[in-house]
Amino acid sequence: MKSRINGGFFSEIYKNKVLYLMFLPVALYFIIFAYVPMGGIILAFKEFNIRDGILFSPWNGIENFRFFFASGKAWQVTKNTLEYNVVFLACYTFFSILTAIMISEISNKWFKKIAQSFMFLPYFISWVVVAAFIYNFFNYDYGLVNTLIKNVGGQPIDIYAEPANWVILLPVLYVWKWVGFGSVLYLAAIMGIDQECYEAATIDGANMFQKITKITLPLLRPTIIVLVLMGVGRILRGEFDMFYNIIGNNGILMDATDIIDTLVFRSLMGTQDFGMASAAGFYQSVLCFVIILIVNGVVRKVDNENALF
Amino acid sequence: MVILKKTADYIALNIISYIVVSLFAIFTVAPFLILIMNSFTSEHYILNHGFSLLPKELSVDAYSMIFAYPEKMLRAYGVTIFITLVGTVISLFLSSMAAYVMFRKEIKYRNTLAFFIFFTTLFNGGLAPYYIIVSNTLHLQDNLLVLLLVPMFSAMNILILRNFIKGSIPDSLIESAKIDGAGDFRIFIQMVLPLSKAALASIGLFTALGYWNDWWTPMMFMQNDKLFPLQYVLYQILSSANMASSMVNYVSRLDMPKETLKLAMTVVSAGPIVFLYPFVQKYFVKGVTIGAVKG
Repeated sequence: MKSRINGGFFSEIYKNKVLYLMFLPVALYFIIFAYVPMGGIILAFKEFNIRDGILFSPWNGIENFRFFFASGKAWQVTKNTLEYNVVFLACYTFFSILTAIMISEISNKWFKKIAQSFMFLPYFISWVVVAAFIYNFFNYDYGLVNTLIKNVGGQPIDIYAEPANWVILLPVLYVWKWVGFGSVLYLAAIMGIDQECYEAATIDGANMFQKITKITLPLLRPTIIVLVLMGVGRILRGEFDMFYNIIGNNGILMDATDIIDTLVFRSLMGTQDFGMASAAGFYQSVLCFVIILIVNGVVRKVDNENALF
Repeated sequence: MVILKKTADYIALNIISYIVVSLFAIFTVAPFLILIMNSFTSEHYILNHGFSLLPKELSVDAYSMIFAYPEKMLRAYGVTIFITLVGTVISLFLSSMAAYVMFRKEIKYRNTLAFFIFFTTLFNGGLAPYYIIVSNTLHLQDNLLVLLLVPMFSAMNILILRNFIKGSIPDSLIESAKIDGAGDFRIFIQMVLPLSKAALASIGLFTALGYWNDWWTPMMFMQNDKLFPLQYVLYQILSSANMASSMVNYVSRLDMPKETLKLAMTVVSAGPIVFLYPFVQKYFVKGVTIGAVKG
């Protein structure tokens, strides 16, 4: 009974021991698979060797970072990651809102449902399967695109030879994969708009286009801002799955399509360059964290309800 | 309710909507149809003319090749189905249990616990320490456990479950169960779980999809080809020229349908998800929206 009264940490645990025990599996998981690796970030300041492990490998100060920045890679992958993600986010947001509004205008229920099912379909497959689509369409010898080009008497194209192709193709693929998901998100927000707004506007003689620009879009604004800012929070995290499956380790495209995540992966699994991998990883994690903090601060100002924390 | 007059602008917008949405729907679904169709084309036609837009010289050679030597494929299927089922069940059970604990008012540190989970989405140690810890410290490489554990919990899913439970189960219900003498665990099993079915179905499907589509974990941590799941097998087939033939037969034959085999393998490994999808779509849509609304 005594412990019940003093209300300290241990008495709280003791009092609700069954509940805390029920939380334990998840807690252990996150400690082992998230917090311990988080501590492992010190690897960025060490010269790693497998025998000594992360803890006992010798420190080497900022040597790994010096190497990472001196290699010229740091700037290049940061630039690529940022550029692609900005384009991805812009295209994704634009087309998600566009299709969501269009879907909401369609009155035929069946058409609506089938169209939505089709658009959501790419969400369910992995980027590995998308790579098979790419093979089917763009393979140099047998790809569909080259078949069509040859049929009209043109010269077949090698899509992997020209970086410029991917600057367009990657955003197209990104939109293809995520727009169904995005439109469901925005459609839910549109469905939440009070119908009376539209009815009142109709009485006032507003036409359909005015309703979209004067009612739907302004009322979607908070949703758009929050979703875009959350996207901005992830702007330094590349779509590793996408870049790795679609482009892989293509030497010609490396400069144009190498992002932070592919660089980290290649250093780690390819050249076993733990210094480079951990320095680039540290750089990404810390910058990401700072960006999220800034973004959350902005969301708080704009719309406190939707702040992440 | 105002009666909508079919004014010119209404009709115009409707037409535009139908056209735009149709184009998008075709754009998303066409690659699926073309790939399936090409997988049923004869290898001979493709070697001479390449992949085509319309069905030409139908053939099931690629599929009969897969089914003639099905051991490796079936094994990969077995691994994928096993990790998907077992992983999803364990993940759902433990995630909802943790969510339930963070919902109970008696738990003084419930918000601290939630932040403990949430923080992992804000910051991480990067790939290098993660890789070293999983493979060198935990020695999980080449162990089936790694395929189960790595994708097991998502911080966001646990927090979504917590919000769902918070929003749908009143505290008074828990109180009355306690007065009736039910223990904390029993309340979870007999009351919270049944009342959270809707959220569990949605989150469960997302979790299952994550397991089914996981090719990253085996790529990072698996060298034992007996434990390769489907997606990773497909990845290997696509990334190396001769892998497709070695999958179905150790002795490479000259008349192997190499090109169509790649596509057929894709159909076989993505098929179940795509065919199952229409039946479970509404749960996915629900899942997207419960995740979007912060409770």
